[in-house]
Amino acid sequence: MAYVAVKGGERAIEAAHAWLAEERRGDPVLPELSLAQIEAQLGLAVDRVMAEGACHDRGLAALAIKQARGDLIEAAFLLRAYRTTLPRFGASLPVETDAMRIRRRISATYKELPGGQVLGPTFDYTHRLLDFALAAEGGVPEPAPEAPADEAPMPRVTALLAQEGLMAPELPSEAEPRDLTREPLNFPAERPLRLQALARGDEGFLLSLGYSTQRGYGNAHPFVGEIRMGAVTVEFEPPELGFPIELGEVTVTECQMVNQFAGSKTEPPQFTRGYGLVFGQGERKAMAMALVDRALRAEELGEPVEAPAQDQEFVLYHCDNVEATGFVEHLKLPHYVDFQSELEKIRLLRREADGE
Amino acid sequence: MGVLARADAEAITARLAEAPALPRHARLRGPETGLVMARGRQGGDGAPFNLGEMTVTRCSVRLADGLVGHAYVAGRDTRQAELAAVLDAALQDPSRRPALLSAVIEPLAAAQAARATREAAKAAATRVEFFTMATMR
Repeated sequence: MAYVAVKGGERAIEAAHAWLAEERRGDPVLPELSLAQIEAQLGLAVDRVMAEGACHDRGLAALAIKQARGDLIEAAFLLRAYRTTLPRFGASLPVETDAMRIRRRISATYKELPGGQVLGPTFDYTHRLLDFALAAEGGVPEPAPEAPADEAPMPRVTALLAQEGLMAPELPSEAEPRDLTREPLNFPAERPLRLQALARGDEGFLLSLGYSTQRGYGNAHPFVGEIRMGAVTVEFEPPELGFPIELGEVTVTECQMVNQFAGSKTEPPQFTRGYGLVFGQGERKAMAMALVDRALRAEELGEPVEAPAQDQEFVLYHCDNVEATGFVEHLKLPHYVDFQSELEKIRLLRREADGE
Repeated sequence: MGVLARADAEAITARLAEAPALPRHARLRGPETGLVMARGRQGGDGAPFNLGEMTVTRCSVRLADGLVGHAYVAGRDTRQAELAAVLDAALQDPSRRPALLSAVIEPLAAAQAARATREAAKAAATRVEFFTMATMR
């Protein structure tokens, strides 16, 4: 019996997959989407899949999006699965975001700051009205204007505050960070491990948690000290060479949230930072990550841990959408035997209740 | 090596057409694709943390004259990694180096710098000039 059932299931699965392939392709009269088109024209979806798939490769992310029919969590899952087939060569030197080739850089704390406010290719200031001109295909926009770029340095806003002694400094450290992909998460999780989890965490989950800290669940008073987006050089030191070489450039988005800190017995009143860094152009995610990073520092800064966003276990165990998908969707798997026992239990209880 | 890491195989091949032929080489390792864990720093300047992995392709070669070259380049372009490794080896040969620098590396670097300048110019055009700054000067 069992054998027959399995054969039947196999045929059904094959047919389901064939239908999936047909649905993925859509109406064959329409031209097929190329990976180059997805990479170029759905670039922010590609960025999100790389960030949550925790693997930077634009071509692979575009393939994952195509295969997943645009389901970005499914695409991140595909990318995570693929990365497990590749050997690990090592870890890069930490990217230096102050040396970023800036495409966007804004601050909400200083209007006039060295290097200025650079808006970059942003949705901000658009009116969020549907643009029906895009519905009529075939348009190539006018080239974006260019202006002479001065070589003015763009120091970090946090560095400006730190010069005055008003920003808690990061302690210099070259400590080897723990790696979530190599060892299971355990608690307490130190800040580098938390940042890794947040960097690959679900944008929607972190957005809601960050929002909750603004609404009073965690008592945050954040300012966007700085957001910057652009290309950073990634350097790697191959053991056979013994000196660092450049692997290439990746685009990242960084957010420095500046938060009030009333001071403690050992620390004077000063600002503290929440930090966000993500692959690609992912400003909402970087901001949400920075809010949640700061909330998770409550214990370290001697603040009461009362809100969900301040609870390490709650945040870190639930921010990964691939893990969350696995556990939620496993409910679809056959639970026939489990459920049979539940059924019998309920029937027994009902009989007992009726008997009394 | 940074220049070759930023150039695709097509661009490198196009430049090599203008250069003296490269010597024959044997592959010592790869080209093979793997991962490098990219790291950031907490707060931008503090302790390192693992940001996420990136695909990287590496290759090691030995030229007929014994010089060994290594390359690690972001992405999955095996042809790029092999060409970069061969060039890494050939550039160590003082008799080949000047011609390769002028025919391959310098033009690629110039093209990359031009792209970066163009992008910087677009960014500069979106730089905000506040009225208060203009009137208060």
